[in-house]
Amino acid sequence: MTEEKTWALVSEVGGEHGYLEELAEVLKQHFQIICYRELLEDPVLYGPKIQVLFMWKYCPAAEPMLLGLLPSLKVVVSGGVGIDHLDVPFINGLGVKVANTPSVVSDSTADLAMGLLLASARKILDGHQIAIDPKTMHIPQSLMGVEVTLSTLGIIGMGEIGYKIAQRSKGFEMKILYHNRTRRNVEDEQAVRASYCESLGDLLRKSDFVVIAVKLTPDTTGLIGHRGLSLMKPTATLVNISRGKVVDQDALVKALQSGSIRAAALDVTYPEPLPRDHPLLGLPNVLITPHIGISTYNRARRIVEKMVENAVAAVKGLPVPNEVKL
Amino acid sequence: MLSVCRVRCARKLWGPAQTSQILNVTNMHRSVRQLLHKKVMEDNKPWALISEVGGQGYIEEVTDIMKQHFQIICLKDFLQNPLLHGPKIQAMFVWNALPATKPALLSSLPSLKVVANGGVGIDHLDVSYITSLGVKVTNTPGVVSDATADIAMGLLLASARNIVEGHQIAVNPNTTHKQCKMGVEVTGSTLGIIGMGHIGSKIAQRGKGFDMKILYHNRSRRSVEDEQAVGASYHDNMDDLLNASDFVVLAVNLTPETTGLISHRELSLMKPTATLVNISRGLVVDQDALVKALQDHPLLGLPNVLITPHVGTNTYTTTRRMVQRMVENAVAALKGQTIPNEVQPK
Repeated sequence: MTEEKTWALVSEVGGEHGYLEELAEVLKQHFQIICYRELLEDPVLYGPKIQVLFMWKYCPAAEPMLLGLLPSLKVVVSGGVGIDHLDVPFINGLGVKVANTPSVVSDSTADLAMGLLLASARKILDGHQIAIDPKTMHIPQSLMGVEVTLSTLGIIGMGEIGYKIAQRSKGFEMKILYHNRTRRNVEDEQAVRASYCESLGDLLRKSDFVVIAVKLTPDTTGLIGHRGLSLMKPTATLVNISRGKVVDQDALVKALQSGSIRAAALDVTYPEPLPRDHPLLGLPNVLITPHIGISTYNRARRIVEKMVENAVAAVKGLPVPNEVKL
Repeated sequence: MLSVCRVRCARKLWGPAQTSQILNVTNMHRSVRQLLHKKVMEDNKPWALISEVGGQGYIEEVTDIMKQHFQIICLKDFLQNPLLHGPKIQAMFVWNALPATKPALLSSLPSLKVVANGGVGIDHLDVSYITSLGVKVTNTPGVVSDATADIAMGLLLASARNIVEGHQIAVNPNTTHKQCKMGVEVTGSTLGIIGMGHIGSKIAQRGKGFDMKILYHNRSRRSVEDEQAVGASYHDNMDDLLNASDFVVLAVNLTPETTGLISHRELSLMKPTATLVNISRGLVVDQDALVKALQDHPLLGLPNVLITPHVGTNTYTTTRRMVQRMVENAVAALKGQTIPNEVQPK
């Protein structure tokens, strides 16, 4: 007799917020999967069976109403490293653990940060659009970008992702400045030849590219606003791969419109997606991607595997590898 | 006599309408003298032929570099009176393969000493022919390498991570929340560089920062130090490199040997999950074969193709450096000094 697998709640398979089929298969190896829609069809029957809640792209939201339907819930496992969308104390207060998937996201996110930086600096989007435009007859000489090699990169938030961004930019002989809550140790700094900027203002003044890699907390909300943007060079580019709310979007729009900064490249906004009439969408010097920091098959699979690992440990009462403890 | 001369100069420098105004200005005397002096100085500079400023030619911002040493004349102006202007021209600056160094043009430049090319590729120049006329040829290696390596990585990352498509989805007024296609991993993947010259090596250096495994194919093997510096392994057999790579980057120069280097056969050896990045010359790849390999649609319409309009060196910094180098080469040629980047015929 096969033992029934533990029940786990997911948003959906396929669709806008759901898991790709292949990824759902990874979950199904260890868990009996039930979609949110199905739960709602008979919450009294299904609710008590569910011991795990898998969150993917913030869904299903771990709200009191939902959690109230899940008396047997042991763990909320969120895919990705950010946990700003989770009320961890509240969830813990219900006797439910919270886990995320740090580390497995770092390389991919750092890669995307560099990709956005280069695409913006070298006008790859504009270039492509011109190159494939049926009306293009001549190569335009006026499509000029800014130099990446030997430029100054300012990294705000030198955690795992920030550090990997530093490692990648070293290959471009970029001069690296960083700002962090705490200074990193000397070996770490020397390995990527990064200089600590205790003053965020200093970093903003000196950088050609400013990359934001902090996590979203009350302290980092609106970290980059009017003042910060006005300190930046008019030739500088802002790259945000953290969370939309770290940047004051209205201030950003003004800075881009006035030429206070050269350009911005954003994988994250608030909200996601932006309303269709948002001014950021119409600016020629903005590159936006729809939160694809970890959107490769490899990464997505790795993340799901990590989620499973954490959930299995929680269900068995073992230490949860990536438990979020505040 | 002097006042007539002033009027003539004023008319020549400005135009009839302004001339009369200017002749009324009290310190016209000094300003005309200054301009005359400047003109004489310019007249002493050697003449250089360029394609144009703006359009397909030079950006305005770099013309001052040329003007420090040369009196520049655009092709359009030259062609208005080639017999008059031709013999004055000692240098020709070629940018974006223009002006084309055709025999008809070259024969109207009897004083030409040097064809100074902006950029490192010289496949568009018949070096043997030009040098047989007693004219030197120069290019600008080195100064182009960083920017070109940067764009190679930019294209690689943009393609791998669907940045262009992502942006189009993110800004599309009709998007509710369309899923962006999954990309492929760059970190830890295998990068195969075909052509490990100056640019190829810099690409390897950048790839190393992403923990990419680096393979390379080159006419000749590089030194052990060079290889170890970027952790690159030599592949004598290009087929092996094609089989093993997740990203294949072409960084060769265009020669008869490299024309059509990548065709049906080579594309079929590549992994179906692999990406081809070309920053060398279009003719290195058999484009028809490429279209088929990407699945039979016109190249422009393929969703899995990213094309940029030859912007490998399009930054102000690099463009300025290139023009500076061109001028250095041309000045050396004219002075009979050792030319930094002389291209010798084979």
